Amino acid sequence: MQIKINGVLHEVEAPAAMPLLWVLRDLLGLTGTKFGCGAALCGACTVHVDGVAVRACQLPVGSLTGEVTTVEGLAGPGTLHPVQEAWMEHQVAQCGYCQSGQMMQAAALLAGNPDPTDAQIDMAMSGNLCRCGTYPRIRSAVRSAAAKLREQGR
Amino acid sequence: MSRLGRITRRTLLVGSVAIAGGVAFGTWMVRRPYPNPLLDDLAEGEASFNPWVKVTGEAITLIVPHADLGQGVASMQAALIAEELDLEFGQFEIDFGEPSPAYWNIAAGSIDVPFLSSDEGLAANATRGLMNSVFKLMGMQLTGGSSSVADSWVKLREAGATARETLKLAASRQRGVPVAELATRGGSVILPDGEEIPYTALAAAAAGLEPVQDVLLREPDQWRLIGKPMQRLDMLAKSTGQQRYGIDLAVEGMVHAAVRVNPRRGELLGFDGARALAMPGVIEVLPVTRGVAVIADHTWNAFQAVAAVDCEWGPSLYPAEQAGHWEAVAASFTEERLDKVWRDEGDVVTEMGAGEVLEAEYRAPYVAHQPLEPLSAIVRVDADGVEVWVGHQLPRFLQQKVAAITGHEPEQVRFHNQFMGGSFGHRLEFDNVTLCAEIANRRRGTPVKLTYTREEDFAQDYPRQIGMARGRGRVEQGRVQALDLSIATVSSSSSQMGRLGQSIPGPDGQIVAGVWNLPYAIPHFRVSGYRVPELAPTSSWRAVGASTGGFFAETFLDELIHAAGADPLEERLRLCNDPLSRQVLEAVGELSGWGSPLGPGRGRGVAFVESFGVRVAEVVEVTDTGSGIRIDRVFATAEVGRVVDPVNFDNLFKGGIIWGLGHAMNCEITYADGMPQQGNFHAHAGLRLYQCPELVVRGLENGPRVRGIGEPPVPPAAPALANAIFAATRQRLREMPFSRGVTFV
Repeated sequence: MQIKINGVLHEVEAPAAMPLLWVLRDLLGLTGTKFGCGAALCGACTVHVDGVAVRACQLPVGSLTGEVTTVEGLAGPGTLHPVQEAWMEHQVAQCGYCQSGQMMQAAALLAGNPDPTDAQIDMAMSGNLCRCGTYPRIRSAVRSAAAKLREQGR
Repeated sequence: MSRLGRITRRTLLVGSVAIAGGVAFGTWMVRRPYPNPLLDDLAEGEASFNPWVKVTGEAITLIVPHADLGQGVASMQAALIAEELDLEFGQFEIDFGEPSPAYWNIAAGSIDVPFLSSDEGLAANATRGLMNSVFKLMGMQLTGGSSSVADSWVKLREAGATARETLKLAASRQRGVPVAELATRGGSVILPDGEEIPYTALAAAAAGLEPVQDVLLREPDQWRLIGKPMQRLDMLAKSTGQQRYGIDLAVEGMVHAAVRVNPRRGELLGFDGARALAMPGVIEVLPVTRGVAVIADHTWNAFQAVAAVDCEWGPSLYPAEQAGHWEAVAASFTEERLDKVWRDEGDVVTEMGAGEVLEAEYRAPYVAHQPLEPLSAIVRVDADGVEVWVGHQLPRFLQQKVAAITGHEPEQVRFHNQFMGGSFGHRLEFDNVTLCAEIANRRRGTPVKLTYTREEDFAQDYPRQIGMARGRGRVEQGRVQALDLSIATVSSSSSQMGRLGQSIPGPDGQIVAGVWNLPYAIPHFRVSGYRVPELAPTSSWRAVGASTGGFFAETFLDELIHAAGADPLEERLRLCNDPLSRQVLEAVGELSGWGSPLGPGRGRGVAFVESFGVRVAEVVEVTDTGSGIRIDRVFATAEVGRVVDPVNFDNLFKGGIIWGLGHAMNCEITYADGMPQQGNFHAHAGLRLYQCPELVVRGLENGPRVRGIGEPPVPPAAPALANAIFAATRQRLREMPFSRGVTFV
C-alpha cells in the first residue's frame, strides 16, 4: 500500500492490522515517534493525520486514509516549528522520551486554537504522560509557542 | 567468583555494620590509580591526559561515563570538564566511553554510610574513606544513589585542568613561550601576542608529554559555566524527535524478539509454540529462563506471536494473593525479625508508661518503576566477542552477566551505553539484557533486538519495597515528647544484590532511610527496623527506602504535633538540632508564606526528609473542592552545597516532587494469583498534567558537600501531601496510595 508521510509517498508492505506506529518505526526507520504503552494511554506515539492528533499505536495502517505528519516532519528541513523552539527555550525535556508526542499534541492544539486558556491546555495535554514530571515546563512552553504562532500570524 | 564479587560482599559487610579498620587492604592497592582506558586505542598524534579527555587533530572528545537516564548528567559531566578546560558547548563531542574501573564512583560508597551526614567525627569519616577505598578496589562504575554530581564535582574539574595545563605545556614547548605567559580560551591556547592555537592543533605535541598533575582548581568567582543557566547538550535532539534511545537503534541484519516470562516469577512448566510459529514473520519460538521468546522479522509480529504462545506457568514463591503479603509484613514486628535499633535516645519505654500514648499504623505498597521507554536491548554474539547496545547504570556488572551466558570473558563484551528514556531504578536490573543475550547466543552472528511490551515490562518490574510502620508517641505541654517508630519492610537492597549473586550480611539501612537520620532532638526517640522475609522480589525505586520511611516518619510526627496543638513547621524547627536542616526548613517556611491565612477548605502541610545526604523540605497546599482534593501549590527547598546548572536543577527538583506526589496519589502494585494486577498506565499512571500543581523550588548552598537532586525531592512529597490533606479535611491518610482514602480531582 502507499502512505504519505511528511509529504513523501512511501510504498509499504505491511499487514493491514499493523499499527501505523510500527510501520513508521520498524519499516520506515522513523523512530522519532515513540512506542510507550501500545494502548493509547500515554501519547508517546502521537502523530498528525490530516492535522489531527492521533495515537499511532492504535491506528491500523490499513485504515489510514489521510496524510501523516510525524515529529520529523513537523517543521520544514533545517528549521524548527514554534513548538519545538519553545521546547528548546524552556528546556522542557529530561529523558525526552515522551516529548515527541507532547510536541505533536501541542502543535495540533495550537493549529486549531491559537490562544488556548490554561484549562484548554490542561485538557488537551493530559493524555500525554511524562514520567519525569516536566509538566510545569510543558505548560510554559505551550503558552510561549502559542504566542510565537500568533506573532507569526500563522 | 570474580574479584568484583568477592569485594562486594565485604563492602556490604563493612557498610552495614560500620567497622572502620575491620578490613585491611594494602595501601598501595588503594592509592594506585587505574590505567587510562583511552590510551588503549589512541592513534598516532592523538592525546589523552586522563580517562575523560581525548584530543585528536580533528576533535575534542569528553568521556561522560555516568549514564544519562534523563537527569542530564551527560551535560553536567561535560560542563565540569569544560569549565576548567576552557571549552564552550559546541566545541566538543561527548561519549559514554567503555566500561572501566577507572570510572569508579568516588562518592556513592561514602554517601550511604550509617552516620548522620552532619557527623564529621573520626569514625564517620574513617568509614566514608573506607567505603570509598572498597568502591575503588571494586572499580565500581555506578550511576545511582544521586551520586553523579558528588562523584564528578572535583574529579572532572581536575580532569579539565590537567588537560588544559598539559596543552599549555605542549604550546610552550612548541613556541618557546613560558607556560606562565599562556592563557586558554574557547578551545585554544592563547599566546602573549593574541595568537590562538586550537587544542586540536596541539594534540600531536601533547601526546608525547606526561600529563601535568599539579593543578589548581578555579575559584567560584572565576567560573564561566557552573552556577549559571546552561543549555543541556541533548536539548535540541530532544526538542526535535532526533534523540535516539536504545529502543530506536537498528543494527545491520538484526532480527526482532519479544518475550513472555512467568508473571509469577516461577518456572516455565511447558509451552506450545505451534500457533505462534505459524504466524506471519515468525522465525523461531524458543524457551528462555522462566519464559518463552519469539523471533520475528519486526517488533509487531514478534509481539503478536509471543502473545499466542500457550504457556504453563509454575506457581509463585511468594504469597499468591496481596493479603498474604500484608500479613507477612504485619507479622514481622518481632524480636526475631528485628534488623537493628537505629536510634534510641532518652527512655522511650518508661516514657510510654507515663501517660496517654498516641498510636498509628502506616502502610506503603509495592510500586512499579515504568519509565516511558520500555525495556529493550540489542545483542550480537560472535565467537570472539559480544556487542551490547542498551542503556544501563551498571556497565561492568552487565559485562559479567552477559559473559556468563555466552561463555566469553567480561572484557570481550563490548557495551555501547545509550541515552535512556527514564529509569527511576529500573535500569539497574538486567533481565532485558540477559534474556536478549540468551536469545542472541542461540543465533550467533545475528544481532537480536529484544523489545518488551508495556504489559511485559509491568509484569517483570521489580517494584519498590512493601512496608508498614507502627508509631507510638507522646505529647506534653504543647510539645512532642516521645516518638517510637518501628518500621518493617522487605529489603529491596538484599533482593537486588541477590540477583547480582551477592548477599548482605548485617542490617539494611534502607529499611529506616529518611527516619533514623531525622534531625530532631525529641527527648525520647527510638527507631527500629524490622526485616520482612523476601516476598515478591523488589529493587531500588527512586529514593529507595526514604520514599517509604519518609512517609511513615513525617506523617506520624505530624500527627503528634497536631495532638500537641503545635504548629507543624514551628514544632519541627523547635526540635531541629542540625543547622543545615534548620536553614532548609526556615527557607521553605519563607518561600511558602507559611502561616499566612488560607481560604476555607484549604490546607497546608510540611515535611522534611534527608536522603542521599540531601536535606529537603516541602510544603504542599491543597483545596478540598467538595468533589475531591486538588493540589494547588508546592514549595520546596534543598541543601545541595552547589547548584551546578540552575535550569536543570529546577527541572529535576520539580520532577522529583511530581514523581513523589503522583505515586503517593494513585500507584500500587498488588498481586492476585501470583501475578501483578496492574499492566499498563491506566492502572498505574502517576501524575497527569491536569493534576500538576504550581511548583516553586530553591536550592541552598550552605553545606560543605556538593550533592545531587535526582532522588531527594521524592520522599517529602507524600508526607507533605498527606499532612496538607489533614489540614484541609481533618482526614488522616495512613496508607498509600491516597486514592484509597480520598478522591483527587
